[in-house]
Amino acid sequence: MTAPDRNSMDRESPDSHAGELPSQSGEAGFTALQSESPDSLASLLARLHDALPQAGVTLRTNPGPAAQHSLLVEPTHLTEVCRFLRDTPDMAFDFLSNVTGVDWPDPAKADTVAVPAEGEANASASGFLEVIYHLYSTTRRVGPLVLRARTADRGDNAKIPSLVAIYRSAEFQEREIFDLFGVEFTGHPDLRRILMWDEFTDHPMRKDYVAPDDYEYEPTPHDAVLEKAKRHYPA
Amino acid sequence: MSIFKKWRGHSARRPGSGQNARTTMAAPTRWSMPGLGLFKGLAVTARNMIQSYYRKERMTTVQYPEERAPISPNFRNFPFLCYDGDDPVAGLRCTACSICEKECPPQCIYIVLDRDENGKSLKRPKLFDIDISVCMNCGICAEVCPFDSIYMDGQYEMSTTDRFGGLLLGLGRLAKSADYHMKLRPLEASEVVARRKADEEKKLAAQAAKDAKAKAAKEATAKAAAETQAAAAGKGETA
Amino acid sequence: MISDLANSSSSAAPALDDDQLLHVSLGPQHPSTHGVFRMNVALDGETVVSLKPVFGYLHRNHEKIAENATYLSSMPYTDRLDYICPLSNNWAYANAVEKLAGIEVPERAQYMRVILAELTRLINHTAFAGFILGDMGAWGSALMYAFRERELILDLFEDLTGARMMANFMRFGGCRNDLPAGWANKVSELVNGYGAFLDEMEDLLIGNEILLARTRDIGALPKDVLINGGITGPMLRAAGVNYDIRKVEPYGIYQRFDFRIPLGGTGDCYDRIMIRFLEMRESLKILRQALDQLPEGPFVHPKAKIRNFKPPVGEAYARVEGPKGELGFHLLSDGSANPYRYRVRPPSFINLTLLEDMCLGLDLADVVVILGSIDIVLGEVDR
Repeated sequence: MTAPDRNSMDRESPDSHAGELPSQSGEAGFTALQSESPDSLASLLARLHDALPQAGVTLRTNPGPAAQHSLLVEPTHLTEVCRFLRDTPDMAFDFLSNVTGVDWPDPAKADTVAVPAEGEANASASGFLEVIYHLYSTTRRVGPLVLRARTADRGDNAKIPSLVAIYRSAEFQEREIFDLFGVEFTGHPDLRRILMWDEFTDHPMRKDYVAPDDYEYEPTPHDAVLEKAKRHYPA
Repeated sequence: MSIFKKWRGHSARRPGSGQNARTTMAAPTRWSMPGLGLFKGLAVTARNMIQSYYRKERMTTVQYPEERAPISPNFRNFPFLCYDGDDPVAGLRCTACSICEKECPPQCIYIVLDRDENGKSLKRPKLFDIDISVCMNCGICAEVCPFDSIYMDGQYEMSTTDRFGGLLLGLGRLAKSADYHMKLRPLEASEVVARRKADEEKKLAAQAAKDAKAKAAKEATAKAAAETQAAAAGKGETA
Repeated sequence: MISDLANSSSSAAPALDDDQLLHVSLGPQHPSTHGVFRMNVALDGETVVSLKPVFGYLHRNHEKIAENATYLSSMPYTDRLDYICPLSNNWAYANAVEKLAGIEVPERAQYMRVILAELTRLINHTAFAGFILGDMGAWGSALMYAFRERELILDLFEDLTGARMMANFMRFGGCRNDLPAGWANKVSELVNGYGAFLDEMEDLLIGNEILLARTRDIGALPKDVLINGGITGPMLRAAGVNYDIRKVEPYGIYQRFDFRIPLGGTGDCYDRIMIRFLEMRESLKILRQALDQLPEGPFVHPKAKIRNFKPPVGEAYARVEGPKGELGFHLLSDGSANPYRYRVRPPSFINLTLLEDMCLGLDLADVVVILGSIDIVLGEVDR
C-alpha cells in the first residue's frame, strides 16, 4: 500500500477485512476447550487414541474451578502427537502459546494438581520435572489445549524432545526452561542459557535452589535474611 | 554508481523466509526526494515550538526545584504512622499487631512489640522501622491495617547522604499527627475520623449501658439485703 | 569489485569465512535498544548475516519471588514486569487468579478495568510512537510530544490509584478503590482531546518520506511463519492475521463494546507503526462507550479476601490482549497461600523469537528499526 491519504482512508487499511473469519462479528466465537464443553476434550482424546494408539496419551483432570484439564503425553511420543495436532486439518492447533516448566520434587503432589483417572497412578517414584504446553488453534478459535510431558527424574534423565521443529515459538521458551530448571530439550538447535549468564551452574527455579551467600547489609532483616545476617555478623 | 545500484536493489531483498515478491502493488523505490511529508512534519515541530511559548498545554516544563509540579492528594509514596492529639507516643494508634509487617511484599517493616516487666503486651511498638530504600510504595500496608494507623504519605523529597541510617525511618520520623493526615487527604481523613468517633461513641454507650445495668443490679441486691435484714429484725421483735 | 557488488545475490547468505565478517555487539547499553538488550550481529559489509539476541540483564526471577510470596504480594511486582503498561499486567494477573479461584467480578469493576486497560493501551502506543521516532534518529523531540500526552493519562492514574506507573490497582474480585469524584469526567475530556494529538502525530509520520524510506518493506514475514513463531499482538495483526484476544476469547466485558480490529497489509515496520495508531483510535471508541455505560455498584466483590487468600488446588492459564501482545499468566495452586508455580507468558520475549529472521539480509540500520517496531520492554523479556 502506498502512503495512504488520510482523508480517503476510513481509518483502516484497504484490506482490513481480508483475514476476517465468519465468526468475527463481535460475539464470542471461541470455544474454550474444557470449560464449555467437556465432550470436546474427550472427543479429541478419542481421536488421538485412534490415530496414535502407541502414544499412550492420558487425561488429567484439573480439580479447580478453572477446569482446564490436560493431556499427559509420554516424552518419546511428544513430537508425533504435536505434529498430528498441528497438521491434521480439522485439528489445526497451529499456535503454541506458552511453555511452562514445573519442578515436582514430590510426585504425589503433582497428582493432586493434575488428577489422574481412576486406577491410574503416577508411575514415577522419584521427583520429576514437568513441561506444560498450551496450544491454540487460530483458525478454529479453540483452546487452550494443555499438554504435559514429564521427565524421568530430576537428574541426568531430565530430557524431553524439543518442539522447535514443529512450533518455532518454543525456541526461547525451551531455552528458558533449560536455563532455569535444567530440562534438556533434545533436538533444540541452540540449547544454551538465555536469562542467566553462560558460566552459571545452577538452576534457579528449582525448589531446592539455594541462593549464593552474597549477603549485603540490610537494616530490617527478616526470616531468611536474618539467618544470613547472623552468619555474617555473629555479634 | 555501484552504491546506488545496491541501494535500488535493496527493496527486492527479503528476509530469510524466502518471500520474494510483493503481493500487492509494484515495489516502490526506497529513496524519494524530500517533499510534502517532510514539510508537514517540520510544520508540526514548528507549531509545537512556537506554541510552547504561550499555550499552556504545550508548556510542560516545570522549573524544579523553584516550582513543583502539582500532585494529586491521593499520591502515595512512603508510609507514616498516625497519632491522635498532641502526644506521638501516647496517642499513637498503632498496636504493633505486625499485620503490615507480614503483608509487606519486600519486607521493609520491622516491628518490636513493647512489653512491660511481666512480659505482658503494652499494645504499642517499641521499635517500628521502615527501610525506605526497600519499600516499593505499593500501599498494601495501609490497605491491611485494622487500626487506622499506617497511611501512605505524599512526600517525595526524601533523599539523604546517609545511605543506611538516613533511609531507615524510625518512630520519630514516621509518627505524624492526625491533623497532618487531614491536611494531606481531607476526604479520607475525615471519613476515618468520623468512623472512629462513631466507634468510640458506640463503645461508650455500650459501657454506659453495662455500668447502668451493674449499678441497677447492685441496688437491687442492696435493697433485697436491706429487706431481708428488716424482715429478720421485725421477726426477731415479734418473736 | 563493482561488478561483484552488483551481482551479489542477497537472498542467499554469502559463504564467507567467519573472520571476514564484522561482529558487532549492539548493546546492552544503547539509547535505542529499549532497555538492557544486546544483539550479537555478524555483518558482511553492512548486511546482516546472523543476529543472536542476548538478554537476561534485567532478570530478577520474578517467578521465584512470587512462589515465596502470597498472591496479593505479587500484584505490585506485576507492575514492574512491563512497566510501560502496568495496569494491563495487573488485570492479566487478577484475571488468572480469578479463574483459578472462581471469583466473580461486579459490573462496575469490570467497566473500570476496561477503562483503565484502554487508557493503558493508549499510553503504551503513545510511548511506542515516541520511541520509534527516537530510534530512527528524531533525537527525542517527537518522544517529548508523546510523553507530554502520556503525562495527562499518568496524572489520571495518580489521582485514581495513587501512583503514576506502579499502580497496584487490581484486586482479586475487582479493583482496589472506587473512582474519585469527577474522575470519569476528566477521562471524558481527555478522550475528546486525544484525537487532536493523534492527528498531529500522524501528520508527523504518515507521509514522511524519511519514515517511509526507512520502514517500508522491512521486517515482513508470511502469516504462517508468524503464527508458528508465537507472535501475537500488533505485530501479528499488521501482517493481516485477524487475532485479537478481545474479540477471539473475550475476557471481562469486551463483548459489549463495538470496536474494530485494524489489520495491516504486509506486516512490515510501517504497517506495525500505523496499526498502533489505528488501535489507539479504536481504544478511544471503547473508552467513550465504557464511560457512557459505567454503572453504579460495588467496585470489588464483597467477599473478596485481601489477607489469608488461599485458592483451591488446581491450575489456570488466562490471557489478555496486552498492548504488546498476548500476556498470559499460568498459575498452579496447591491450596496454600503461595502459588506453587507462577508463570508469566511474556509477549515481548516470544515476539523476539523471529527477530533474526526478520533482519537477515537487511542493513544494520534496519535492525534498529525492526527491533523498535516489535516494541519490547526488557522488564517483561527478562522478568
